Amino acid sequence: MKIMVAVKHVVDYNIVPRVKQDGSDVEISGVKMGINPFDEIAVEEALRLKEKGIATEIVAVSIGAENSKDTLRHALAMGVDRAVLVQAEGKLQPLGVAKLLKAVAGREQPDLILLGKQAIDDDAGQAGQMLAALLGAGQGLFASEIKVNGNEIEVNREVDGGTETVALQLPAIVTADLRLNEPRFIKLPNMMMAKKKPIDVIAGTELGVDFASHLSLLNVAEPAPRKPGVILNSVAELVEKLRIEKVLA
Amino acid sequence: MSVLILAEHDGQHIKQSTRQAVTAAAAWQHPIHLLVAGADVSAVAAEAATIAGVAKVIKVEAPHLVHLLAEDVAAAVQQIAAEYQVIVAAHSTLGKGVLPRVAALLDVGMVSDVVEIQAPATYVRPIYAGNILATVQSSDAVQVVTVRATSFEAAANGANAEITSAAAPAAFAKVRWVSEQRNLSDRPELATANVVISGGRSLGEQFNTLLEPVAHKLNAAIGATRACVDAGFAPNDLQVGQTGTVVAPELYIAVGISGAMQHLAGIKDSKVIVAINHDPDAPIFKHADYGLVADLFKALPELNAALG
Ligand SMILES: Cc1cc2nc3c(=O)[nH]c(=O)nc-3n(C[C@H](O)[C@H](O)[C@H](O)COP(=O)(O)OP(=O)(O)OC[C@H]3O[C@@H](n4cnc5c(N)ncnc54)[C@H](O)[C@@H]3O)c2cc1C
Ligand SMILES: Cc1cc2nc3c(=O)[nH]c(=O)nc-3n(C[C@H](O)[C@H](O)[C@H](O)COP(=O)(O)OP(=O)(O)OC[C@H]3O[C@@H](n4cnc5c(N)ncnc54)[C@H](O)[C@@H]3O)c2cc1C
Repeated sequence: MKIMVAVKHVVDYNIVPRVKQDGSDVEISGVKMGINPFDEIAVEEALRLKEKGIATEIVAVSIGAENSKDTLRHALAMGVDRAVLVQAEGKLQPLGVAKLLKAVAGREQPDLILLGKQAIDDDAGQAGQMLAALLGAGQGLFASEIKVNGNEIEVNREVDGGTETVALQLPAIVTADLRLNEPRFIKLPNMMMAKKKPIDVIAGTELGVDFASHLSLLNVAEPAPRKPGVILNSVAELVEKLRIEKVLA
Repeated sequence: MSVLILAEHDGQHIKQSTRQAVTAAAAWQHPIHLLVAGADVSAVAAEAATIAGVAKVIKVEAPHLVHLLAEDVAAAVQQIAAEYQVIVAAHSTLGKGVLPRVAALLDVGMVSDVVEIQAPATYVRPIYAGNILATVQSSDAVQVVTVRATSFEAAANGANAEITSAAAPAAFAKVRWVSEQRNLSDRPELATANVVISGGRSLGEQFNTLLEPVAHKLNAAIGATRACVDAGFAPNDLQVGQTGTVVAPELYIAVGISGAMQHLAGIKDSKVIVAINHDPDAPIFKHADYGLVADLFKALPELNAALG
């Protein structure tokens, strides 16, 4: 079984992003970046399927500018077999990403495509579903456990109020949730080795799809700050305050 | 042209989030139609028809829709989509699964988790775990949008809309529903509760025994942090945050919670935030209206007693 994993290069999840002076966009120059945490979980899952002898080859794909290679190297260091960068500058949106991933899937012919359930920069959570629609495939979203049985994959998924299990015919799309696994720690020698591995580069414009943007960003702003809080001395005082606030009967 | 809302229900009743989506959809000032899909949904459709602002309810019934798979629901939406300028759903498991699929089938982009509709194609939505609000404008002929339900009031009853039926497309053959596990609780629903009390991993095995009595007295929903879920102290569907449930209660009580950005993303719209933490430097205190520096194992039983 061949697995394709989509990995997005995003601002590190520990960084509190700031708005540019003119409010036109988020300031991301000079900010620490890395692999989208959900994508790292997707890569880990692919590696485990390979270690179990179910997967034979894993290809990581990222769409973006040259710096997305750092995230592909992270995936290589974790252990994926190959990496592909689809070069696309500027503002991509999930539909464009899904179309480009579909084009790559057309070349690679994977049996399973893993993505993260959302990218932590735009928090859109659309790319996987859109890709599934474009491929006419089933979608196993927010996966917390997967089992491959021959030509079918069983996905336990996190839904409002509990979990649900669905079975999808391969090829299928699965998006990873946090509970799916805990990604492995990368050892330094693996990182060094990954630096030397080649990354296939395809120009987005060569893939013959329209990935133009459908959304324009008018401005960005930080949410209004909350009023400064008060530190109380006792539970009694807290209960009293809540009564005054009328949030307690 | 009209607005189509994908209604969400439990087989018996329309969910509150659909009523909130109706309020959001009023921004377009077009007639609002509700799509109710399921196996046997006459009662649900009848309830939907009474929601103020709804002009028409379209019922799509088929035995295979007893469990709503996104692939099937998206096909049901797609078959009537040509009549609509706007397609809306709440940003819930169902909406998140169906609407991106619909958008791709219609070859249009999509806007997720909208908290404000400024103009018919101009939206405000949180990005970067709610640290930033982006105002975006869509150029698509059909607007496909999920809305953050808690940002909009729930529409009340008051209509008597027409109910029509549409045939269900054939079941999507490549997906099969296998089973589900609902975490039943007699607590209010987390996303819409007026009071939420959440615990972090520091509650440990005592998560339930400490929070339940207080939640009971406050008629509160119980929430948890990711770390608490990962440690196995609380089930996953209690997770509040960027990648869990977003809540906007009148009162949010955070007990033994550090206040990581990903957790804060889910509680920012709470009216009053209370934090109980034994570390005076915990980041949560910067976001709380009232803070209590105390050991939760002492403070929670005290709070329980004080609530009488
Ligand atoms: C305010 C704003 C600023 C932006 N700034 C830039 C910018 O400076 N530079 C730029 O290149 N783009 C920029 N974009 C575009 C944006 O970062 C994404 O490339 C695009 O929107 C992908 O959607 P998502 O992150 O919402 O994906 P989601 O649908 O949330 O992602 C789900 C999953 O899809 C996969 N996926 C998504 N995107 C990619 C990708 N590019 N490669 C591989 N897998 C992927 C991942 O597995 C991910 O977990 C910007 C967009 C906005 C709205
Ligand atoms: C991609 C991604 C998505 C995430 N999404 C979410 C999300 O949606 N929701 C979420 O919650 N997290 C999320 N997280 C995790 C988040 O970053 C934090 O790790 C998590 O919120 C921390 O949980 P915690 O406060 O329970 O634990 P900790 O960080 O361990 O904090 C425990 C706190 O309890 C206090 N404490 C300990 N003992 C006591 C005591 N006896 N009395 C009083 N106080 C005590 C400590 O002072 C500390 O502040 C996400 C992380 C990632 C990477």
